[in-house]
Amino acid sequence: MRVLIFAFLISIAFNARAIENNDNRIRALEEKLRCLVCQNQTLADSNADLAGDLRKQVRDQVAAGRTDQEIIDYLVQRYGDFVLYEPPFKATTVLLWVGPFLLLAAAGGFLVVAVRRRRRAPEEPALAADEKRLVERVLGPVEKSGDAS
Amino acid sequence: MKRFLLPLAVFLLLVGFLAAGLKLDPREVPSPLIGKPAPAFDLPVLQKAGQSHAPGAGRFAPADMRGKVWLLNVWASWCESCRDEHPLMVELSKKGLLPILGLNYKDKDEDAQRWLAQFGNPYQLSAVDADGRIGIDYGVYGVPETYLIDADGVIRYKQIGAITPEVLERKILPMAAALRK
Repeated sequence: MRVLIFAFLISIAFNARAIENNDNRIRALEEKLRCLVCQNQTLADSNADLAGDLRKQVRDQVAAGRTDQEIIDYLVQRYGDFVLYEPPFKATTVLLWVGPFLLLAAAGGFLVVAVRRRRRAPEEPALAADEKRLVERVLGPVEKSGDAS
Repeated sequence: MKRFLLPLAVFLLLVGFLAAGLKLDPREVPSPLIGKPAPAFDLPVLQKAGQSHAPGAGRFAPADMRGKVWLLNVWASWCESCRDEHPLMVELSKKGLLPILGLNYKDKDEDAQRWLAQFGNPYQLSAVDADGRIGIDYGVYGVPETYLIDADGVIRYKQIGAITPEVLERKILPMAAALRK
């Protein structure tokens, strides 16, 4: 009898675990998928009627034991890549994915060139003798540089 | 002067991108179904008002239209832009250029029947997709949507949102004529 109860409890625990795992999977899937009616919301966030229907599809298919990839494929077949919140990496989306890094590299290159050019620029020319005399007359004798501080 | 050229060029480029972006309609999602066989279904047909579904009778499957070029128009009585599009459908059906079949999407039969009685019925029949399952198979996300399906049952064109007279004259009818040959 005790063994039976123990087995029963274990099975409940496993079931709860499985349901929780499924819930997490469903949630994760819904956050990856776009609501097509209100386009800047995920399926998980949207209140649109269609989003509800698609959430139901996701739930039913998870319950039917389909894998995440199968469910995503199911939706992509019908709605296209647009249904994915994160667009896949392919020929038409290369610029989308790589563009920001290209911009970053370009800006970095620009910065390096600009800094180098500035460093190479000639330093302030020293005062000519007559200029120095003028300064000394106005400000008093100038200490030799390096002596200060 | 020269130092302003680069920022100006960047600015103009940005303006160009934004101007092009303004002209794109984000609601027009390219359908992956173009060039693919129309998903099969087997649905009850919307009956005349007062008649209930006779079991077994009055069902429709896209395969029934094999050998014909036809339009599948997804509509619902709760859909505002369907009402805008509807006169065009009625007119098209009167001309008899293309068979138009309806997919009554997530609607109540009584509402759908009342709607057709009020605004006219351009459909040879309307299949009833009460829970929207078939709509999902067709990638429907904004009613009305219209599919041009060829004699082999392949989707050739999809219109998202109401059909305008220009779309009908410039795209759908010429495509249908070409497909019929």
